[in-house]
Amino acid sequence: MWDIKQWKELGRKLMRSRFEKSLDVAPYDPLKDEDEMAQGVLRGDYEVQYWNEAKAKFGHAITLICVVLVMVVATCIILFISQKGISTFIGTGISVKDFLFGTVWYPDRPMDQGGPSFGILPFIVGSFSVSMLALLVAVPLGVATAIFITEINPSFGGKVLRPCTELFVGIPSVVYGWIGLSVLVPFIRNYVGGLGFSILAGGIVLSFMILPTITSVTCDALAAVPNSYREAAYSLGATRWQVISRVSTPAAGSGILTGVVLAMGRAFGETLAVQMVIGNVPIIPRSLLDPGITLTTGITMDMVNTVNGSLWNSALWSMALVLLILSLCFMGLVKLIGKRYRSQY
Amino acid sequence: MGETRKSRRNMRESNRREVGKKEMPTRWSRKVVEKLALSSIVALACVFFVTGCFGEPNGNGSSELSGSITVSGATALQPLIQQAAEQFMAKNTKVKITVSGGGSGTGLSQVAEGQVDIGMSDIFAEEKEGIDASKLVDHRICVVGFAVVAHPEVSVDNLSKEQLIDIFTGKVSNWSEVGGQDLPIIIVNRPKSSGTRAVFKKYALDGQEEAQAAVTEDSSGAIKKIISDTPGAISYLALSYVDDSVKVLKLDGKEPTVENITSGEYPIWSYEHLYTLGEPNEVVAAFIDYVLSDDVQDTLVKDLGYIPIVEMEVSRDE
Repeated sequence: MWDIKQWKELGRKLMRSRFEKSLDVAPYDPLKDEDEMAQGVLRGDYEVQYWNEAKAKFGHAITLICVVLVMVVATCIILFISQKGISTFIGTGISVKDFLFGTVWYPDRPMDQGGPSFGILPFIVGSFSVSMLALLVAVPLGVATAIFITEINPSFGGKVLRPCTELFVGIPSVVYGWIGLSVLVPFIRNYVGGLGFSILAGGIVLSFMILPTITSVTCDALAAVPNSYREAAYSLGATRWQVISRVSTPAAGSGILTGVVLAMGRAFGETLAVQMVIGNVPIIPRSLLDPGITLTTGITMDMVNTVNGSLWNSALWSMALVLLILSLCFMGLVKLIGKRYRSQY
Repeated sequence: MGETRKSRRNMRESNRREVGKKEMPTRWSRKVVEKLALSSIVALACVFFVTGCFGEPNGNGSSELSGSITVSGATALQPLIQQAAEQFMAKNTKVKITVSGGGSGTGLSQVAEGQVDIGMSDIFAEEKEGIDASKLVDHRICVVGFAVVAHPEVSVDNLSKEQLIDIFTGKVSNWSEVGGQDLPIIIVNRPKSSGTRAVFKKYALDGQEEAQAAVTEDSSGAIKKIISDTPGAISYLALSYVDDSVKVLKLDGKEPTVENITSGEYPIWSYEHLYTLGEPNEVVAAFIDYVLSDDVQDTLVKDLGYIPIVEMEVSRDE
């Protein structure tokens, strides 16, 4: 009979051999793999292999078709809007500069008063001011919510708070608009001042609509920060606040910025809810309480009633082109932020 | 030996047959019946699809109408035409009518380009820039009246036409200047491309250019809500949208009632048009006749708040 020392020795040997085995995993050897394939063919497995290859090709073909389809559709949309939008500037005497920086939007001005005037600066200013205001409200709220959800109370945050914020996505924009019209506009009129229909109302309604985008993207970015960062900071004696403010949040910076730009894109494109509370007046607003107009609301207000091919209609298409270019810029910005931060960390 | 083989084969065959006989009925009842049922459903669906697509050629000199009609245009007119189309299709089962909205501009340009058979419009085609009205044929189907409405707390009951023009052109900016309380006037208008705004400008403001409105909205529902919520607000609404939440103002002492409009005493009304490219074909003409018939004019038109075209004692050209 072996004594305990021998058992221990055997155990040690077994452990070592297992460890050594785990160390030298056989590297990928194409020759050997081919050999196995050849043997498989010899064994009569070739039918199976052909079938597998055929399946792979079929899958490849389907994904390829889908990709091509999406690309064709996207290209067609861009080409269509570009073609329609550029037609405003060809042979009409309207320059791009006057169009983008003109402040007078008077598409039906009679000829004896100087003819129609298409200046979309009020629309651009309106779009930017409403979106910026929305970001100003929604970014602190959204980031703080996300920090609470991921860093401070993950169990309550993940089970209750996050689904709650994501609920905002499911509410149709007409409901936001109607609530804004029934609650927010009278509130601003009675307690803040002005008419109620204002950049302020539009910005607040929008901030609620983009809150879930910012919150969920920030949540994901914070969750992606490796726990070792936090543990290292805690082991050095950092408080929770110091960990949040100096470690997790800066490390998730690129993700948070991406969320902000995505939210800005959404704010820029939102139409219906803004249209109901902003007043739709094509004048550059002088204060937050002045009514204004955005590119999207301007397009929806007149698109249905102008005749296809008329100058007025083309000008609306040009506004759509401006909107498209701006949102492409936002997309580029997202990519750029991602790239810069990836090289940094 | 030979005989025994034969008999054996016979036995085997008869056995097989017997086995077959036993098993066949059960198989039959399952798979074959299933297949039969499925194929008959498919065949039926095919028949329906084919007949639905092509219909029967309108031969044999039968008077039954068949074909399809596409309609697009003014959203204000859409409910009326939609319901009339459903009734028409119930009576003429081989006619298919598709109604879509899109606005007067869309309707007029689509009918001018031949994309749809009928374009719905709430203004004359001549008034729309970019439309070759000479190619289009106008079918006036009903009249819609517009009321000048204000916030319920506005104490003014009556406005003269001059006062109305002064308000909308911005010369008067407080209700006290037209006999009401001290309250700023807030103009709620429609977008410049709107057909309703064109009608209002033409018949209520005598074509004078409006001042910049405080608020612009393009849907009647939103305008009604804004008027009822905003102190001092003034706008105009189609009669079918007017209810107790807004105050209807008299114009030169005349209320916007059906009687005053049909007799020509109240000026703010417009025709609702169906436009066709050239003279309509048989099916389209039958549908337009149906919309103009008493079946629709006495029921649907009145129910939806329009005024039947036959009741008008006055008429307009442009």
